[in-house]
Amino acid sequence: MPHFAKPSAGSWTEQYPELGTSPVNYEDSIDPAYYEAEREAVFKRTWLNVGRVEQVPKTGSYFTKELAVADTSLIVVRGRDKEIRAFHNICRHRGNKLVWNDFPGEEVKGTCRQFTCKYHAWRYSLDGELTFVQQEQEFFDLDKSEYGLKQVRCEVWEGFVFVNLDPNALPLREYLGDLAKGLEGYPFHEMTEVFTYRAEIGSNWKLFIDAFAEFYHAPVLHMKQAVKDEADKLFNVGYEALHYEIHSPHSMISSWGGMSPPKDLSIVKPIERVLRSGLFGPWEAPDIGGLDPLPPGLNPGGHRAWGNDSFEFFPNMTLLIWKPGWYLTYHYWPTAVDRHIFEANLYFVPARTARERLKQELAAVTFKEYALQDGNTLEATQTMLKSRVVTDFPLCDQELLLRHLHKTVADHVKEHTDAAQ
Amino acid sequence: MLPSEFAALEPFTPWVLETERERYSKRLASSMEEMQAFYDVAFPLLEQASEHLDNYPLDELPEPERNLLLLMFSLVNVSFPVEVWKQARVPDSGAAYMDLVVEPKV
Ligand code: FES
Ligand SMILES: [Fe+2]
Repeated sequence: MPHFAKPSAGSWTEQYPELGTSPVNYEDSIDPAYYEAEREAVFKRTWLNVGRVEQVPKTGSYFTKELAVADTSLIVVRGRDKEIRAFHNICRHRGNKLVWNDFPGEEVKGTCRQFTCKYHAWRYSLDGELTFVQQEQEFFDLDKSEYGLKQVRCEVWEGFVFVNLDPNALPLREYLGDLAKGLEGYPFHEMTEVFTYRAEIGSNWKLFIDAFAEFYHAPVLHMKQAVKDEADKLFNVGYEALHYEIHSPHSMISSWGGMSPPKDLSIVKPIERVLRSGLFGPWEAPDIGGLDPLPPGLNPGGHRAWGNDSFEFFPNMTLLIWKPGWYLTYHYWPTAVDRHIFEANLYFVPARTARERLKQELAAVTFKEYALQDGNTLEATQTMLKSRVVTDFPLCDQELLLRHLHKTVADHVKEHTDAAQ
Repeated sequence: MLPSEFAALEPFTPWVLETERERYSKRLASSMEEMQAFYDVAFPLLEQASEHLDNYPLDELPEPERNLLLLMFSLVNVSFPVEVWKQARVPDSGAAYMDLVVEPKV
């Protein structure tokens, strides 16, 4: 017996007939040629979130972003005019990587007045102009104005900094569409205390999105996280979402959040009882504006049991907002067909007291315990997909977002290959 | 090293560690007996420690108080092995790792 009503089409999935209900082929996660196509068709053409405005607070603040999937590295920097810009991290003289510290492959951040190349000391202003050439008289009619840094589209939505390698892409807001619009006004700017996790995962990037875009696995894979009676109960009930929405290429899942605070304290671990916090975050919301009422895009089903909404902004950003007033982002940065870097950020309103900080610590540590189980499982999945013993997999109604993700990538790949022919 | 009211925790000051990476490594390097012993003394003091620390602004904790907070972070970290896992590693996590590369300063 379902606990929550399904749409009149009979299921969430059948509301979107273009997705079909048949098993899904996972060749897209193991085929190196498909991966190459994805790099061109998806990652070089869509808006990618690379960070937040708080990472570049003042003139000259910058950070670099390694984009292995697009074979490049970017510099994101705030200029004298306060604008945030993005450039390819390459020197116009002989192609050295412009900004890096000891290890060229590692991301760096800092503040500077200009960028100076380590190789022959060419300099660039914060807005990318070439301002100094060592022994300029040795060159042949060098017009410095033609050798500025290569700029990349960079736009900001609600404090999230996005880049796009395609100069002809739609503006960011248009791209993000209605799902993002419904979140505008959420107090992201108050939640500036951040925990950043990073891991290298031996699986295709889409498999990790698959794991975070459905909660059907939660009562099973994460069973041991709950106290015994609660785990048994959760396993028997299974998982049902409150609501799903797809505004292609993006999508969202809305979920209940029975543990914050739990009705029955005996179902949570002793440390959660004392700190009043856990996986779902600190049980009490912080004292800031913007949480009541919430923006219309949150809890779209209008359920009383609502606990969180998780948005998949195509291709590789998950934005998960919890009812008690904090949020998470996940990013999945492909490095090969069977590898990616997973990044998770937890954002809280800065703690004012040690107790508040301890609550956040518990939420962060708990997140890691779960994510380790997810990440490791994916490596097991990847190896077996590669065997091709089974190629097509049945997805249930609670795996709607996965079905949509794989089809959306396929549509992009097809459109791009068709256009090339 | 710790506020005098928390003298019972002095034997566990090796758990006063600056970063999550150090706390998690120490957890992996510890036996269940060691973590249980730490937990048994620290957990009953968690509420009292929170109360005590709340007398200070978070960014101006005196050294002993700051140590106490870091020690309580370690308690949070070992609470999983002690309360649920019965082992230091997260079950089913194999060789997977996840590094906390940015964490709020205290
Ligand atoms: S490569 Fe940068 S100055 Fe020569
Ligand atoms: Fe999970």
